[in-house]
Amino acid sequence: MSALRPDDISLVISLCRARAGLKVAGEKTYLIESRLAPIARAAGFTSISEMLAELRVKREETLIWAVVEAMTLGETAFYRERAAFDVFRDQLYPELARARGGAPLKVWSAACSTGQEVYSLALTIAGMQESDPAVAVELAASDISERALTRAQSGLYSQFEVQRGLPIRLLIQHFEKTDDAWRLSPQIRRMVRWRRINLIAGLSAVGRFDVVFCRGVLGSLDEPFQRKLLEDLTLVVPEDGYLVLGAKESVAIAGDAFHPEAGQPGLYRRNPAFSKAA
Amino acid sequence: MRTCLVVDDSRVIRKVARRILEDLGYEIAEAADGMEALAWCRAAMPDAILLDWNMPVMTGIEFLRKLREEPGGEAPTVIFCTVENDIAHITEALEAGAAEYIMKPFDGDIIEAKFAEAGL
Repeated sequence: MSALRPDDISLVISLCRARAGLKVAGEKTYLIESRLAPIARAAGFTSISEMLAELRVKREETLIWAVVEAMTLGETAFYRERAAFDVFRDQLYPELARARGGAPLKVWSAACSTGQEVYSLALTIAGMQESDPAVAVELAASDISERALTRAQSGLYSQFEVQRGLPIRLLIQHFEKTDDAWRLSPQIRRMVRWRRINLIAGLSAVGRFDVVFCRGVLGSLDEPFQRKLLEDLTLVVPEDGYLVLGAKESVAIAGDAFHPEAGQPGLYRRNPAFSKAA
Repeated sequence: MRTCLVVDDSRVIRKVARRILEDLGYEIAEAADGMEALAWCRAAMPDAILLDWNMPVMTGIEFLRKLREEPGGEAPTVIFCTVENDIAHITEALEAGAAEYIMKPFDGDIIEAKFAEAGL
C-alpha cells in the first residue's frame, strides 16, 4: 500500500476533529494506516490514499463516518481498572440505591466501544441483585461507532478478549461457548439499552444518569471539546451522582464543573455551585 | 521471593511462561508432567503452580487431585494453562481446586491478569 501523503493525513485529522472532536496525532501515520486500511479495503479501494482522494471530492457521509469511527477505537477490556467497578459495587450502588428509595438507579456507559465496560457493569449489578432483587437499575450504553455498537450488542467475544479481566467463574456462569468465540447470556445482554451518541454533539436529549462511566474519552478529544463535554455532563449527572473517568484522566480542563473524590482516582462529583455558561 | 512451578510437557511453553513469570517477580521451577511436579511439591511447596492439562505419565487434573491430598498441598494457588477450552473441563478444574484457568494461546497480559485474578 502506498504511503500516506501529508494532505491525506491532514484530511483525516480535520474530518475526525469536525465530526467527533477527535484529536488525531498526524505523526502517528502507522496508527492511521492500520485503522483505515480495513475501511479502504471493505469499501473496494486499492489504497487509503485512493479512498481519501474520493472522499475529498464526493464527501460521502457513510464513508466519512466509517473513517472517523475507525479512528475512535480505543483499548478496552472486561473490568478494566478494576477499582472503578469495586467502588461502584461497594459505594456508589448502595449509596444511590438508598437515596433513590425504590426509583431506578440509572447508569450510563458513555463510550462503550465493543461492550466490555457496560457488560462488566451488568455482571456487577446482576451479582448485587442476587442478594437484593428489590433495587431496580436502568443500564444504558452508547458509542459514536455503529460498528462497535453492533459488535457490543452481539455479546460475542474472542477467547483472547474473555481472558482479559474477566474472572473464569463469571465466564462459565454467564457465557456459552460457540465454535470460535464466547457469547454472553441473553439475560445479561437484555439488561442494556443501546444508543448511538456523539458525545460532542450536546447531551441535552440524553436524560439524567446517577452514574456516568466516561473513561478513555477525554484524552482522545481536542481541548475545547474536552471542556464542552465535561460542562455538558453537568446536565446529565445529578448533584448526588458520580462521574467515573479513567484513573489517570483529569477534569482539570473543565475548571470547576466536577470535583475529584479524595483518595479515589477517577471518581468525581458534580460541583453544585457550577453552572454551565449559556 | 515468591515461587512458581511451571508444569508443561512442552519445553517451549515452559520457557515462554518462565520468562513472563520471572518478569512478574517469581522464582521458577519446571516440571514436564504431573509426577515430576508432585516430586517438586513434596520437596518444597511453591506459592503458585501454572498447570497444563494433557501430559504424559500424569495429567494436570490427576496431579491437582493428588496435590490436594498431600500435607501442605492445599496451600499452592493453582492456575490451569491448557488448550482445553470447553466449560466441562473448566468446571472440572475449578471443582478440583484450581483458582483460575488460562486457555492457550496466552500472552504476558493474560498471565498477569489471571495471576492477579487468583489473588497472587
